[in-house]
Amino acid sequence: MSAHSHHDHDHHGDSHDHGSFGSYMKGFVLSVILTAIPFAIVMSGGFESRGLTALVIIAFAVVQILVHMVYFLHMTGSQEEGWTLMSTIFTIVIVVILLAGSIWVMYHMNTNMMPQMDHEAMQGFGS
Amino acid sequence: MSSTTTDTMGQYWELEPHHHPEGASTSLGFWVYLMSDCLMFAVLFAVFGVLGTSFAAGPGPKDLFDLELVAVNTAMLLLSSITFGFAMLAMAKGDKGGTLRWLAVTLFFGLCFLGIELYEFAHLLHEGAGPQRSGFLSAFFTLVGTHGLHVTFGSIWLITLMVQIMQKGLIPANQRRMACLSMFWHFLDVIWIGVFTFVYLLGMI
Repeated sequence: MSAHSHHDHDHHGDSHDHGSFGSYMKGFVLSVILTAIPFAIVMSGGFESRGLTALVIIAFAVVQILVHMVYFLHMTGSQEEGWTLMSTIFTIVIVVILLAGSIWVMYHMNTNMMPQMDHEAMQGFGS
Repeated sequence: MSSTTTDTMGQYWELEPHHHPEGASTSLGFWVYLMSDCLMFAVLFAVFGVLGTSFAAGPGPKDLFDLELVAVNTAMLLLSSITFGFAMLAMAKGDKGGTLRWLAVTLFFGLCFLGIELYEFAHLLHEGAGPQRSGFLSAFFTLVGTHGLHVTFGSIWLITLMVQIMQKGLIPANQRRMACLSMFWHFLDVIWIGVFTFVYLLGMI
């Protein structure tokens, strides 16, 4: 029985996707390009509109994260019968709610603050 | 002992719990841990998003950050990611010496990353821009420092694993540990993409 389970495990290890030299290199080259472009954009002063620069940079980051997921972390829909992908999607949903929610709520808290509650007034209160 | 009873009853339903070989669920379990770690980083990113513009009349990103240093740092982490990939490929071929060599190269790049980050932190502290200076700097040190701590513990794990591979070879248990550390290491690289994008690049626009 133990010999059998050992064999099973070995087989499992073999069938596990470790990627290939080609896929790692492809991921690496893509990552280098996707890192170099946003750095170059910001170092050269960016576009005229700050919002556009920010959007482009964030887009590059999102694509690079996907590249890492596919080529380095070997994410596929069939891994662990799909549970890896499911847990990842669940996490992404929570992360988006958490980030968007916090920044949205706190931004409105800041803009709707009473004017006398600004920094100088707070210091005045303290002294 | 009671194999007859088990056999007859087993015709109708499964009595034994599903038997999984040892370590079969390790990679999924470790992935779930990484996802929980990801949530922790998301909270730190949210904190940075909220506090990132609270300079308290102190220095901002443009006064403090050196993008060239960050680019070198990013290159170090990316190189360590690909060399870890090569270590995994060497392991898949059963090449113990190659695995150890690539792990050593990965460790070197990881330590370079930590060295540069510590240099940056020391530089900031020297300029009086410590975590106590402003909300922005508190959030910055917490987020980047937590990532750096992860890399530190990853490096310790890497050294431990190298010793284990030296002593026991590429046994299934060590292969499993390699697969977990590989996920951990690549995951830290993914988090770093978020850090250099949201903290450094967006701060410098």
